Amino acid sequence: MSTNRGRLEIAGLTAGYGQTRIIENLSLTVPAGGRLALLGRNGVGKTTTLATLVGQTTRHGGTITLDGVELGRLGSSARAAAGLGYVPQTRDVFRSLTVEENLVTGLKGRPRSALEEAYALFPRLGERRRNGGGELSGGEQQMLSVARALLGQPTVLLLDEPLEGLAPVICDLLMQALSRLSMSVILVEQQVDRALDFAEEVVMLDRGRVVHQGPAAEARADHALLERHLGVVPAG
Amino acid sequence: MSAVATNRPRRETAGRRLRRAALDGAAVPVMAVLGLAAFWLFPDDLGLMTRIAATALYVLSLDLVLGFGGIATLGQAAMFGTGAYAAGIAAVNLVNEPITLLAIGGVAGGLIALVTGALILHARGLTLLMLTIAVVQIVQEVANKARDWTGGSDGLSGIDPAPVLGLFRFDLYGRTSYLFALAVLIVGYLVARRIVRSPFGLACRGVKEDPLRVAALGGSPKRYLVTLYAVAGVFAGVAGALTAVTSGIVGLDSASFSWSAEALVMLVLGGTGRLYGAVIGTVAFMTIHHILASSDPFHWMLFIGLFLMAIVLFAPGGITSGIERVVHRLKRGRA
Repeated sequence: MSTNRGRLEIAGLTAGYGQTRIIENLSLTVPAGGRLALLGRNGVGKTTTLATLVGQTTRHGGTITLDGVELGRLGSSARAAAGLGYVPQTRDVFRSLTVEENLVTGLKGRPRSALEEAYALFPRLGERRRNGGGELSGGEQQMLSVARALLGQPTVLLLDEPLEGLAPVICDLLMQALSRLSMSVILVEQQVDRALDFAEEVVMLDRGRVVHQGPAAEARADHALLERHLGVVPAG
Repeated sequence: MSAVATNRPRRETAGRRLRRAALDGAAVPVMAVLGLAAFWLFPDDLGLMTRIAATALYVLSLDLVLGFGGIATLGQAAMFGTGAYAAGIAAVNLVNEPITLLAIGGVAGGLIALVTGALILHARGLTLLMLTIAVVQIVQEVANKARDWTGGSDGLSGIDPAPVLGLFRFDLYGRTSYLFALAVLIVGYLVARRIVRSPFGLACRGVKEDPLRVAALGGSPKRYLVTLYAVAGVFAGVAGALTAVTSGIVGLDSASFSWSAEALVMLVLGGTGRLYGAVIGTVAFMTIHHILASSDPFHWMLFIGLFLMAIVLFAPGGITSGIERVVHRLKRGRA
């Protein structure tokens, strides 16, 4: 994945569901190849932000620009074609399809041989390639969802709580795999420690607005900041 | 995306998938062997068996849209009827080579599906169902009014196809018709199987399950559904043309709402989303229909209704789900 692509700029974004506004005047920038953690308490608008980026909510104002291309008026599929890869909180694997068939749906016209990339990143998926999506454990479903998004060669990957409900050992495995990625990433995660270890920049939300923005390393050291906006203090 | 019924599918277990794969793999050889065996065993019923083969292809087309795309439709006869009339009119006025006639029927069925699909597949649920009924009613009425071309309510007759491949003449006993129909069904089945296993077919199954997810992966759910609808229209059109070629007549009932509904009954009877379920459902329904109608011409509909109720109550997945369970038990017994 080329790192000179994937610059995402969000300016004055206001969005929600129907007339209900969840995020207000949100602005942030992810440089090409950058990693940003989007943090906040439950219900502050993190998932809505990602869903808005991929065109699944009602946008009331603001712009979303990927490598200079305005995405705001495009539909979900066009945004994905433009380079946004999305791994939703619900994982959304196709339960009636096998692992391999699920991966094929993410190929975007690439040859089937590209599936080996997914199996190299997550060998467990290779072992389970003939199993149905509904037969996988939570961790395997998350691997599948991430791998399927990556097969489309996105320039920006949006991850919505990928570690939710996973055993620590699976979280380690997943974060190791994610740390090898070279594209831009926006990570929404409740495990603040892991998110701050992974990201270079952090944005904190409260009631749909940005309340803090800065380097992840600084945020990690500022316990008062973390306690004020997230209600947690990371271990170590 | 809104043209589909996005019901959450049952968990696809390894056992169920293996049973399906076993039946799927056996479908074509079984179809060929049983089809040829029936040719020798029931020489007096070749007309019925030809109708069954053509109808099975038609029901297969419905399985593509409903079973794999989740498109609720009661208008599949619009494509069947269009294909039948196109092939019939071509046979009377232009060309009588049977394979060319099938191609004409397929193109006509595909085109009508493409145009109507692009117009109606933004709708969902009952609205979509109503629109598909409207389409089939319009096609039937157009066929009725275009009497000079279609024969109106008298039907289109005078279809006299040339020998298949210039070699096999359509005989009075219906031997050529039956073998031709069986061959077309088997080829159609193989093509349909290839389609549903292709990336396009998998994407359509994805749309049936979760259209938003497919859009987030870069696919256009509506485009997939319209394409699938058109592809299924080609199958229905070929089935219609096959009926026209083998029976020599096309009637208004070939583009009727009741013919669409019957296809749905046959598909549900066999089991949706399997392909071979469409064939099994058609064979079962038409055979029982034939036996009951000839043994009790006044009350056969009652028995058909009871039979369908029994299937729905005791084998909700259709006949094929029962067969899959039997295969599973046999395998477990052997292990």
